[in-house]
Amino acid sequence: MRAVSPASEKLLVNPIECAGHGTCAELLPELITLDEWGYPVVDPGPLPPGLERDARKAVSACPTLALRLLRA
Amino acid sequence: MWYASRATGVVALLLLTAVMILGLLVTRQGRLPGLPRFAVSGLHRNLSLLAAVFVVIHVLTAVFDGYVDIPITASVIPFTSPYERFWLGLGAVSLDLMLAAIVTSLLRRHLSRRAWRAVHLLAYLSWPVAWVHSMFSSGDLQHGVLLILAIGCAAAVVGGAAWRLIAAARDVPRAERVSVQMSAVHQQPEETTSR
Amino acid sequence: MTTATRQGSGDHVSGMGETGELPRLLPPAGPGGQAPDLTAHLARHGRLPYRERPGVLIGDIEQAGLTGRGGAAFPVHRKLAAVLEAAGRRGKTPTVIANGAESEPASDKDAMLLWLAPHLVLDGLQLAAEAVGADSAILYTHADREHDLGLRLRQALLERQVAGADRVPVQLALAPPRFLAGQETALVSHLAGGPAIPAFTPPRITERGMAGAPTLVQNVETLAHLALIARRGPGWFRAVGTGPEPGSMLATIRRPDGRPRITEVPLGMPLRDLLGDLAPESAVLLGGYHGTWLPAARAAGLSLDNRSLAPAGARVGAGVVISLPADRCGLVETANVVRYLAFESAGQCGPCLNGLPRIAAAFAELARGRSGPRTRADLERWAGLVTGRGACHHPDGTARFVRSALVTFAAEADRHERGRCSATSARPFLPIPAGSARTEKDWM
Repeated sequence: MRAVSPASEKLLVNPIECAGHGTCAELLPELITLDEWGYPVVDPGPLPPGLERDARKAVSACPTLALRLLRA
Repeated sequence: MWYASRATGVVALLLLTAVMILGLLVTRQGRLPGLPRFAVSGLHRNLSLLAAVFVVIHVLTAVFDGYVDIPITASVIPFTSPYERFWLGLGAVSLDLMLAAIVTSLLRRHLSRRAWRAVHLLAYLSWPVAWVHSMFSSGDLQHGVLLILAIGCAAAVVGGAAWRLIAAARDVPRAERVSVQMSAVHQQPEETTSR
Repeated sequence: MTTATRQGSGDHVSGMGETGELPRLLPPAGPGGQAPDLTAHLARHGRLPYRERPGVLIGDIEQAGLTGRGGAAFPVHRKLAAVLEAAGRRGKTPTVIANGAESEPASDKDAMLLWLAPHLVLDGLQLAAEAVGADSAILYTHADREHDLGLRLRQALLERQVAGADRVPVQLALAPPRFLAGQETALVSHLAGGPAIPAFTPPRITERGMAGAPTLVQNVETLAHLALIARRGPGWFRAVGTGPEPGSMLATIRRPDGRPRITEVPLGMPLRDLLGDLAPESAVLLGGYHGTWLPAARAAGLSLDNRSLAPAGARVGAGVVISLPADRCGLVETANVVRYLAFESAGQCGPCLNGLPRIAAAFAELARGRSGPRTRADLERWAGLVTGRGACHHPDGTARFVRSALVTFAAEADRHERGRCSATSARPFLPIPAGSARTEKDWM
């Protein structure tokens, strides 16, 4: 398993703001899938280094700004 | 240059019409056939920026054309242009609202949701004002193909807004959502176990 | 063993013979129903020992090892310290809220404590306010159907006002009859004028809560313990209970035979002593409606502390311990509760809004013997799908409750799938409040 830096980030969804648009899952399928009702299931682990740019794009693309990137 | 201003104005109006329609689709989670979900919101954002560029060129070409006197400040301070004070003034109003919507969206993370939404909803005011400005600042949109285009844009936005409002009125209020779900799943016992 | 009754709902048992320390919170048995006035309270417990400066009490609370008695068992000193620190850092005066809205249908201990010992809770509220430097306090309770709790609390506050006992003004606030009304962020949302629905955290309310200020929310029983620790010291508090989980707590016991009893017990008390003899085929519910079902045989060997219960997948929670009568069907009881829990969802988060009604419908089918071959698998899948994906722990707790039922009543579920049921009584046992929330007003 690769070591992750202590300053790594993780994705978080605000489930109240999330309306199930599904944009995030399209832009970051490696870490986000949609459940049977269209809501995102987000990988809870730290963000793998290579996916940081895609993660930021997904965060920015969320129409309700429900997806956030936080320092772990 | 004057011609360039009129041409870019028409293009800007078309782009802004598309931006409005796409905005309606985003908020109602509508899809464009054959395109992924992020295309709807992505196009909405990108076209709004493109529209802004065209509006800026439209303004600059009008200001720097020597034929009539339009101070550059009149593009953002409404009703200060000696030339066509009222109709150009409407253009300035529309531009201000459009800029507000774009800037607040770029800085969305730093605003409260309510503040962002309030400014963004001003787009519903910005577009009709832009349309009236377009229709009466020059005679271009009052005849022929451009008239048909202008009416088509108006029909699209008005129709789209009406659809959006009706759909929103049918949305279930939060306090009733659970009751609705409970009724729905209890009516179809087979479906709850077969999915 | 003497008893005192609060006219109506539950019996209050005032203490166990061996642990002479108890009761601590509830008044000793006497003629029932009398309002405990301030004079009697001071005579029993002594004067309110203010520390004169914020933060001073926190050390004692840490040494005492007091944890929250509202269900989450969070270390109290850490919460106090967090609010004090946030207040200092952000330059904002905090607010303190005594949470008496226990909301758990199977529990009545907070209402009973407020009825029988309001001054202890109000003392704790003052001390907590002083500890974090708060300048205002709120006591938040449900309307009590049987007693005019509001009147008694107003009388108590008036007495204290006359005697000059309180330094921080206390407001009474009413919670709507919702399961989520006692949830910290829902409470704050309601007090701010909106519906009692949870908000997303971060930021935690200890950082930013009422009117954007750091807010301390503490269960009323926790505050009562705090008021006693301030008087008698951490060592006294630790004299009962276990090392890692010291002190006493109010437990609501429901045995198959009698009515619910609210008892003050030491943590670590064997469940066998609380419940008496258990029919081996029956089951025990621990913690409340977000808790865990266990087979009676397993439960009999456990004690009322998290160290004992955790390996069995259970928690002390709000101290609800229920023994299901052997003639009832655990699946039917569970289905009734799950239906109630589904209706109590705030409906804000997609997974909860979609998952809980489906879980409720499927469990109802299982309970009625009308389930299909995929029902139990669906229930497991949905329980997994809703856990951790809401703004609060309502879906998590419901899923835990459902899963524990599927495990504990697995044999019964097998029977139900074949159209049989081993129960001989159809009378509902677990209490379910009547009427569900249909409009926004029901959340206000």
